[in-house]
Amino acid sequence: MNNKLKVLTNGIIKENPVLVLVLGACPVLATTTQASNALGMGAAATAVLLCSNVFISLLRKVIPDKVRIPCYIVLIASFVTIVQMVLNAYVYSVYDALGIFLPLIVVNCIILGRAEMFANKNSVVDSALDAIGMGIGFTLTLFIMASVREIFGNGTWYGIPIPVLADNPISIMTMAPGGFFVFGVLIALVNKFGKHKPKKSDFGCEGCPSAAACGKLGCAACDEERKEAEA
Amino acid sequence: MKELIVILLTTVFINNYVLQQFLGICPFLGVSKKVDQATGMSAAVIFVMLMATAVTWPIQNFVLNPNGLGYMQTIVFILVIASLVQLVEIVLKKYIPALHASLGVYLPLITTNCAVLGVCISNIDSEYTFIQAIFNSLGAGIGFLLAMVLFAGVRSRVEENNAPASIKGLPITLISAAILSVSFFGFAGVIDNIFG
Repeated sequence: MNNKLKVLTNGIIKENPVLVLVLGACPVLATTTQASNALGMGAAATAVLLCSNVFISLLRKVIPDKVRIPCYIVLIASFVTIVQMVLNAYVYSVYDALGIFLPLIVVNCIILGRAEMFANKNSVVDSALDAIGMGIGFTLTLFIMASVREIFGNGTWYGIPIPVLADNPISIMTMAPGGFFVFGVLIALVNKFGKHKPKKSDFGCEGCPSAAACGKLGCAACDEERKEAEA
Repeated sequence: MKELIVILLTTVFINNYVLQQFLGICPFLGVSKKVDQATGMSAAVIFVMLMATAVTWPIQNFVLNPNGLGYMQTIVFILVIASLVQLVEIVLKKYIPALHASLGVYLPLITTNCAVLGVCISNIDSEYTFIQAIFNSLGAGIGFLLAMVLFAGVRSRVEENNAPASIKGLPITLISAAILSVSFFGFAGVIDNIFG
């Protein structure tokens, strides 16, 4: 039981997909202009992650090793399409706000990364717990970041105006530079106060943001850099 | 013709895919350490974006839409891009080994690059004609190249300096990216004023 709890909480703090593993940076930066969008994105990604982790774990003995990445991509793309249709039908405002980033969940490194690193080696229950933990970690980070950006950039939080800030919004926070800046500061805070120490080399294969997705496919660009570093 | 140039310049400078729309952040952070690698990666991205648009636009408009299969877009596009990348790699290896030697290592990374899928989907969403779609993709690719090469230069200077331990690495990289992104605001309005 303790072990199961560990799998669940792993994704929320210790291996937070966004702040510690630095996966899936695109939606993190793009959909965090408003707290409500961030929750929508988090929920959509969690749903896809849960379905894909469960199904990949169920099918892990059926899928041949050599073609596993294409199989995963097809599975993930199907779930993304389902989520897209559900949102379009029932929560159109979220569907509209997320726009292109909804179909782009397919290429989100977190989902393919968890499939490759966790779901294809572990039982269904563990994979589901891992997906829920990672999903919560992802959603929580998005929500924190969106709250910071919305409060400072727009003077509101979840649409509710904040007294002083509403009159003096720092609108650059909701624009593109604010996204990079807040994300950088959040990672710096995690490095400073978290137990996770900054890696010596952020650019070894483990440090490369695409490493999870490349996996055994060969992280060519990183390998090259590593060879150069060793030489 | 004017309209096409406006599309091209707008996607390169104003709606820059990396710095304004946050597409393709992973390679932007991962492969922008050296200028030559940044150039190689971007060249591969431009190449794949153009190929992917040339294939996905006709599929959407001549196969999916007439048959009422528009909802299959996501699945079809990602499969097309993944197989296209594989195909391009095989063809380059066999027939143009010189190009494969310089672009080959970056190709596997491109399948999961959201800028490529993003440009294909946004061409459809914006209801561009085929020629406009090609120009939009070219602009997106050149914008990616511009952001990567500029940032590789910034980054090599940043890494020479001694930053506090907690902001070393990714945090300082992201904060520099924020400043680079501000500088692109300077282009807003320029296109309107020139072609207005």
